[in-house]
Formats: sequence, C-alpha cells, structure tokens
Amino acid sequence: MAETQPSMDTNVDTSQMQVSDEVAITIEGMNKWYGAFHVLRDINLTVNRGERIVICGPSGSGKSTLIRCINALEEHQQGKITVDGTLLSSDLKNIDKIRSEVGMCFQHFNLFPHLTILENCTLAPIWVRKTPKKEAEETAMHFLEKVKIPDQANKYPGQLSGGQQQRVAIARSLCMRPRIMLFDEPTSALDPEMIKEVLDTMIELAEEGMTMLCVTHEMGFARQVANRVIFMDQGQIVEQNEPEEFFNNPKSERTQLFLSQILGH
Amino acid sequence: MSDTHAHSVAFVRTETLPQLPPPVGERGAVKWMRENLFSTIPNGILTLVALYVIYRFAAFALPWIANGIWNTDSLAECREVLDGTTGACFSVISERWNQLLFGFSYPSELYWRPALAFVLLFFAAAPVMFFDLPRKLLIFTALYPFIAFWLIWGGTILTPLFALVGIVVGYLVYSRYVRDSFAMGFFGGVLAALIFWWLSGYVTAALAPEEPFLEAVQSRDMGGFMLNMILGVVCVSLSLPLGIVLALGRQSSMPIIKWICVIFIEFIRGVPLITLLFVANVVLAYFLPPGTTFDLILRVIIMITMFSSAYIAEVIRGGLAALPKGQYEAADSLGLDYAQAMRLIILPQALKISIPGIVNVAVGLFKDTTLVSVISMFDLVGMIRGPILSSTDWNGVYWELFMAASVLFFVVCYGISQYSQWLERRLATDHR
Ligand SMILES: Nc1ncnc2c1ncn2[C@@H]1O[C@H](COP(=O)(O)OP(=O)(O)OP(=O)(O)O)[C@@H](O)[C@H]1O
Ligand SMILES: [Mg+2]
Repeated sequence: MAETQPSMDTNVDTSQMQVSDEVAITIEGMNKWYGAFHVLRDINLTVNRGERIVICGPSGSGKSTLIRCINALEEHQQGKITVDGTLLSSDLKNIDKIRSEVGMCFQHFNLFPHLTILENCTLAPIWVRKTPKKEAEETAMHFLEKVKIPDQANKYPGQLSGGQQQRVAIARSLCMRPRIMLFDEPTSALDPEMIKEVLDTMIELAEEGMTMLCVTHEMGFARQVANRVIFMDQGQIVEQNEPEEFFNNPKSERTQLFLSQILGH
Repeated sequence: MSDTHAHSVAFVRTETLPQLPPPVGERGAVKWMRENLFSTIPNGILTLVALYVIYRFAAFALPWIANGIWNTDSLAECREVLDGTTGACFSVISERWNQLLFGFSYPSELYWRPALAFVLLFFAAAPVMFFDLPRKLLIFTALYPFIAFWLIWGGTILTPLFALVGIVVGYLVYSRYVRDSFAMGFFGGVLAALIFWWLSGYVTAALAPEEPFLEAVQSRDMGGFMLNMILGVVCVSLSLPLGIVLALGRQSSMPIIKWICVIFIEFIRGVPLITLLFVANVVLAYFLPPGTTFDLILRVIIMITMFSSAYIAEVIRGGLAALPKGQYEAADSLGLDYAQAMRLIILPQALKISIPGIVNVAVGLFKDTTLVSVISMFDLVGMIRGPILSSTDWNGVYWELFMAASVLFFVVCYGISQYSQWLERRLATDHR
C-alpha cells in the first residue's frame, strides 16, 4: 500500500507497468455533482489487484454513483480515475475499452429479455471482442456451468427466477473475462432463499482472486470475503478498515450508528 | 391389488356413476344465449333491436349482391337486364378491371410487367417479414427495388443498374472512411454516390439503345391500384428506416442533431398531408432550376415518406422511452459502442413495443396514398372519380365502384394487420 500514488516522474513507462501490476483502480480527488447537488466529495481510493472491497452506507450516500463512475456510466467533474492502468477520459474509445475490462452487475439484473440466456452471454464477446461464435458459446457454457445453470441456456430471462437471473448476469459479465467486477446491490432485489445462491457464486469468484468492488448490505458476506469495508455517508468515504476492525471497533460515530441500525434487527 | 383394497377399506365403489347432463337451461347454445344475449331485460331488448337492424340490412344487401350483373357494357344495359328488380351493376368492375388496376394509359400489352413485379414483391418481402427463412434470400430483397423499377418503368436497364452500382460505390467509400469517423464515412459515401449518379447520367444518355429491351413507360401513365401499391410499398419501406433515424436523432446528446430532428418532426406533423402534396405538385417546381424535370411520382414519394416518417419516429420514440434505463446501462457496461447497443439491444426491443403503432401508421399511409387523386394523379380513387364515373357508359355507378375500391384496400390493410399480430406473438419472449 506504500506505492499507491502513481509517480509523476519522467520514467513513466516502468512505473506505470509496476503500478498496473498490483493496482487495479486508483481514484484521486474525485468530485461529482448532479447539477448543483454535490454527490461525491473528494473521493480517494486505491484498489489493489485481487482485493475484495465492500462498500456500505445509508441510502443516498452515493455508493452506486461511486462505482458507476468507475466504468463511466456516470461522468465525474473533477479528479482522476485510473482503471487497469488506463486513465479514464471522455474519449469514447477509451471508455469502451475500460468497460470491456470491467464487469458490472446491477440490482435489477438488466438481462436482455429478447435474447436467450446463451445469447445474453455471447453477445458482448462476439461483438466487442470479435470472438468466433463457437468459441464464445463454449466460454458462455463454461461460465453458466460455473454459476450452476447450464441447463437454462436456451430459455429466455423472463422464464428464470430472480436468483437465476442474477447468476446469469454474473456469468454474462464473466464471459468478457473482466479483470475487475463491480456489483451494485446484487442481492437486494431478491428473496432470502435466492440471496444465498447469488452470494455463493460471488464467494466462489472471490476465492479465485477476482478484484471485486461490491455495494451490499450483506454484512455476513462482508465479514467472510472482504479485505476491506468502506463506509460512505453524504458522498464521502467516512471510514475504511478490515472487516474485523470495522465491525468490532468502528471509529466514527456515524459508522457506529449505521452499524447498530443495520445489525440491530 | 383391488383385492387387498377391498379387504382393508370398508366401502369401495367398483364402478363409476353415470354422468348426468346439466339441466337444459345450463348447457350448449341455450346457456350461451341466456348468458350473452338475454342476461337482463335491457340486454334482451338490445339484442332484439340489433337482430332487426341486421335483418333489414341483409334483406336489402344480399339480394342486391346476389342479383348483381357482371357482363354488360354500360349502366343503361345493366338497368335493362335488371328490369326494375334490385341488383348491383358489377359489370363496371369486370369491364374496367384493368383500368382500376393499372390506370387508363399504361399500355395494355405491358400489363404483365407490373403484375410480375407484384408477384416478385412477395418473394422480396418474405425474408424480411419471416426472418426464419434463410438469410441468403435477402440478396434478392436488396435487388428487388431495381428489378421492380425496371419492370414497371421499363427503358434501358442501365438506369437501375447504375443506380445500384452508385449505392455500392457509396457503400465502399463509406466503409473505407467510417473507421476514421462516422461523419466522414457517411458524407463521403453520399457524395461518392451522387457524383457517380451524375456521371452515369451522361453515360446512360450516350449508351442507351433506341429500342430498349423493355419498352419505356412514363410516370404520368402510371395509375390505378398499381400506383397506390407503388406509393404504399416504397413509402413504408423508406419511412421506417428514416423514422428510426429521426427517433434516435431526437434522443441524441448532440444539440444540433437533436434540434434538426425535433424541428423536422414537429413541422411535418403540424402540416396536413394534402398541403405537402400540393407543395410537391406545384411549389417544388419553383425551387428547381428551369428545364429540370423532376418526376412527379418521385416528388410525391418524398413528401409521403417525410410525412409518415415523422409519425413513425414518434411511435418509435415511445418504444424507446418504454425501455428501462437499465438496458442502456447493461449494454454500455459490456463495452458495446453506440451503434452496437442500438442495433443489438435497444432497437429490437423498442421496435417490438412499437409494432402496433408502426402498423397503424403504415395502414394509414397506405390509405392516404389515395389523396394523390386531388393533385390529378389517377390512382384507384382518381380513376373512379375521373375517367370511369365521367364516362357516358358508367355515369352513376358509385356503390359498386367504391365497394370494389374498399375491398382492394381492405384486403391489403387486413393482411398487414394480421401479419403484425403474428409478428407480435412470434416475438413474445419476455413471458411476463
Ligand atoms: N440522475 C440523478 N440526478 C440527480 N440526482 C441523483 C441522480 N442519481 C442519484 N442522485 C442523487 O444522488 C445521491 C446518491 O445516489 P446513489 O444512487 O449513489 O445512492 P446510493 O448510496 O446508491 O443509495 P441506495 O442505497 O439507495 O442505492 C442521492 O441523494 C440521489 O438522490
Ligand atoms: Mg444504489
């Protein structure tokens, strides 16, 4: 964690190589406004490769906005975001490149309802990565097996349960072979019995060393897999720590209040 | 098995009871009538009144149609044969059938050409309408406009051939430069095609044979239902892509494009089609350099296409707005670029939602093609109102003629509507 700041000396080449080897994402002095509303204030965050980060915080604190800035679904007005060694700019090619390296799962799955499960998974590899159809289908089946629904491959999303749909969404992202995965409350639209199947998939992914940023209120999941838990409030990162410390010894008052509310019932 | 059963269970019925029918008032036609026609006293009265009206109508119309005369040469002769009894004079339809279909100045020995073009239309439309057919058939669909043009208008084959080559040239230039930027590819392609067509005009003029293989027919000789079909088919197939472009343009984040589309749509929607047709007929001539002849059918096609594309754009905009924002975000987050996201994710869903609206516009457009009769083009209605009704033989045969026109239009429009319902069922994958 000592060399998180990318060095600005003339020897850019080697230092960047080194940085991109172990740092997946750096966010420096990032600010974002919606009109006059200051959503994100002075965000500084470094995510190392293979790190699993859980982001929590009260509703409206800007968690979704933060992770959506990382793959440019939202644009930020100030500061720098570097993903996988590439500085995020407003250039469309640059944005598409970053997006194809970063997988994202949404609260409402956002599968494409007019395509079968298999087509959902092969679409981006075929069109973005120019993978031959056959190969893309093999990859898709591999990942569908991994999320344990290969037998649904030829159904349409509307025929699947919520938990199954979310696992397809994860498989769809994985088919692009992303180096980083973002999750925005992947389980909060699901019934309790389906939450577990999705979390199991995510835990498996974490065990394989995927770099993950996950907005969730599943504190059991945070304890089990996170390297670091980040607490946000009113657009700021208030506190970040290892899960044990974070849950047992929250430092700020706001964190304590939040934890007592969320763990209280 | 039944043995053990009989021992262990105190009472076992060994045969099924005979099924009793429900009471007479509760089954079959009687029940249906009681529930649907006479459920209350007012409903019963309404049913009786409706039955009476239907009876009166049928009592008049059926003999009129059944007694119809099909083989006389004039209305007067018809009346003679009918001799005071009720009966329709359908002879006008059989005698003027060719005129109703092709207009009065299309050479009769060439009727087979538009007829063949009409038959080929089904082969061209099939792979577009029924997308389970092999994709290779689309090659014929792409060639069809040029074949149909050549068949209907005739003349030297160089004209449609160069038109086709011009499009290919434009496309080649487009694909060469589109990698640098879309605008460059697009305008480069359009420019290349225009230059090619301009040059090929001279080549055609120089090379065209005196006696072309297919005799040339002038636009002013087109008429009848053929003219409605030409206008309908061409305008629907042009206004759909144009409407999509306008709808996407209206959503664009680039203000200039957005405002061009908004102004175009709002202006066109705010003006009656008749006005646009008059503009096409008269006013456009003022803006063109003197001496240029700009085909009247082409002008009308441009106007109707603009008109309906504005409506289709609004219908599609509704479909786009109905898509959840998550679909755009999911497409973006997978790294699809704008064109891919639109083509693969957004438009297939938005168009599916818009099918009823688009069909509505298409059917309306097809019927609106009869408006060209007011700018003295002899389409089906123009033929009826003009040459046929004003002829001495058939002066006064309104019902039969307009019935024939209605039937022709109804067949096509009902076909479109049935197809769209099939399409909606075929595309229903969301299982909500
Ligand atoms: N498109 C937008 N325009 C204006 N304000 C917005 C927009 N999207 C979000 N906001 C505001 O930004 C703030 C942060 O929103 P965000 O969705 O990031 O919160 P969140 O932490 O993800 O909350 P939740 O837990 O409810 O999902 C909220 O106050 C919200 O009202
Ligand atoms: Mg959120």
